[in-house]
Amino acid sequence: MKRFSLTAVLPFVWLAAFFLFPFLLVAKLSLSEVALAIPPYQPRLDLSQGLNGLSAFAQGLDLETYARLRTDHLYVAAYLSSLKFAVVSTVILLLVGYPLAYGMARSGAETRRTLMMAVILPFWTSFLIRVYAWIAILKPEGLLNAALSSLGLPTLSLLNTDAAVYIGLVYAYLPFMVLPLYAVLERQDESQLEAAADLGCTPIQAFWRVTFPQSLPGVAAGALLCFIPMVGEFVIPDLLGGSGTLMLGKVIWTEFFANRDWPAASAVAIVMLATLIIPTLLYQRQQARMVDGR
Amino acid sequence: MTRGPTLFNRISVFLGLGFLYAPIVLLVVYSFNASRLVTVWGGFSTKWYAALLKDQQMLDAIWITVRLGLISATAATVLGTLAAVALVRSGRFRGRTLFTGMLQAPLVLPEVILGLSLLLLFVAMGLQRGFWTVAVSHATMTLCYATVVIQARLVSFDRALEEAAQDLGCPPIRAFFLVTLPGIAPAVAAAWMLAFTLSLDDLVIASFTAGPGSTTLPMRIYSQVRLGVNPEINAVSTLLIAIVTLGVGIATLVQRRPKGVPRG
Repeated sequence: MKRFSLTAVLPFVWLAAFFLFPFLLVAKLSLSEVALAIPPYQPRLDLSQGLNGLSAFAQGLDLETYARLRTDHLYVAAYLSSLKFAVVSTVILLLVGYPLAYGMARSGAETRRTLMMAVILPFWTSFLIRVYAWIAILKPEGLLNAALSSLGLPTLSLLNTDAAVYIGLVYAYLPFMVLPLYAVLERQDESQLEAAADLGCTPIQAFWRVTFPQSLPGVAAGALLCFIPMVGEFVIPDLLGGSGTLMLGKVIWTEFFANRDWPAASAVAIVMLATLIIPTLLYQRQQARMVDGR
Repeated sequence: MTRGPTLFNRISVFLGLGFLYAPIVLLVVYSFNASRLVTVWGGFSTKWYAALLKDQQMLDAIWITVRLGLISATAATVLGTLAAVALVRSGRFRGRTLFTGMLQAPLVLPEVILGLSLLLLFVAMGLQRGFWTVAVSHATMTLCYATVVIQARLVSFDRALEEAAQDLGCPPIRAFFLVTLPGIAPAVAAAWMLAFTLSLDDLVIASFTAGPGSTTLPMRIYSQVRLGVNPEINAVSTLLIAIVTLGVGIATLVQRRPKGVPRG
């Protein structure tokens, strides 16, 4: 039975106006050209001229910006490198986050609640500040090198390298990976592990045959929750990465603020969106299934 | 879980939390460092906090950011409560799929995309960018988070209470304010706090949608951080961390108060 929901009207209209409609503007602008004007693009829709204005506007649109993106080596490299950063970081996050979530789920009930709080708290703390904290650690005369040299080890210059970006990504997104993993691991039925042990499984076999397959929905949720925003990450590559670190979020920012090439920034955003739409839909389906399964 | 944690479990939790907290702890400790250099401990000092109090630009930015948070979080919580009620109580209404899509996409989509699209909207509307454009943008972003938090609570809230009130002659809107809203109040408060914190924290969307005279605290921090590590930034970061920790602590206590209520 489909009907109208009165309570939904206000938030619906709000989201349509400030979320959905702006996306259409980005799409439109990606088909426009750069112009020396304010705002810096053309054509502009002139409704005062009626239909003529509309057709002049429609004729002004073309795919030229996209052609420019495809042939420009910089954009292609930034696109591939964003995906690489996001994929590799997601894998590292799984490797770091899974043992942590698993250890949390195996703790006593009271400890579990405290540990859960401890993982959530950094998420509440400013993202920018947490990234900034790494600058003091990683910079050449920073804390890491001070510690290394006091131990008589060779120093590293990590700040402004891709390695620093990986550290930053893994650090900043760790709570997003741990929480969905913890949610599935905590719900696991202990008696299944006992049954596996009774049937001759070693604890390690029991983990791979019982626990791990059951935790896959959490793995998928955590991976998507980290992968999607990481593709467009701006703050981390900008503050921790070097001039050679290419990521799409940074490209959009530079095109927009430094080069004032709004059509190019919009086209990059559309390409990024097109790339992320499938993972986003997968994530939504995953979430719906987890809610239903409760 | 009846089986206790193994040594491996303990080590992974210890290392994991150590990784999460070490940078924050170092930042807080070095905000009290008398020396300007990161690696040199020049003794305990609160001089960077004193410098902060004299930095008028920083104080202006803090004031703008707090006002922005208060306004956008309130708007987001009202809209988020409406959205959550619609999702939980209205069943399959017209446009539900689009509605849930619009509510969930901003949770995961990169902020640069949201910032860019909102900026283009304000330009197309011919609006002067400033405080209110950032407030609207923040309300839009945080409303989705608020909805998730309130929805989770509303799902586990017993609808029979609401129906009982209506059977006793209470009109639905009154029943909502007298029965449902007090029942979900902790979640509404948590949603507001989450929205406020996210607004306080946001750099990317604010950078796109702010105009002259509406520089927020993260924008000011960012422009200083690009120039390098600065003890004054450590001090303002420590204050932010303290406020957030306090807020989360209070929120946790509030959430725990109703005893005997099964967790949803």
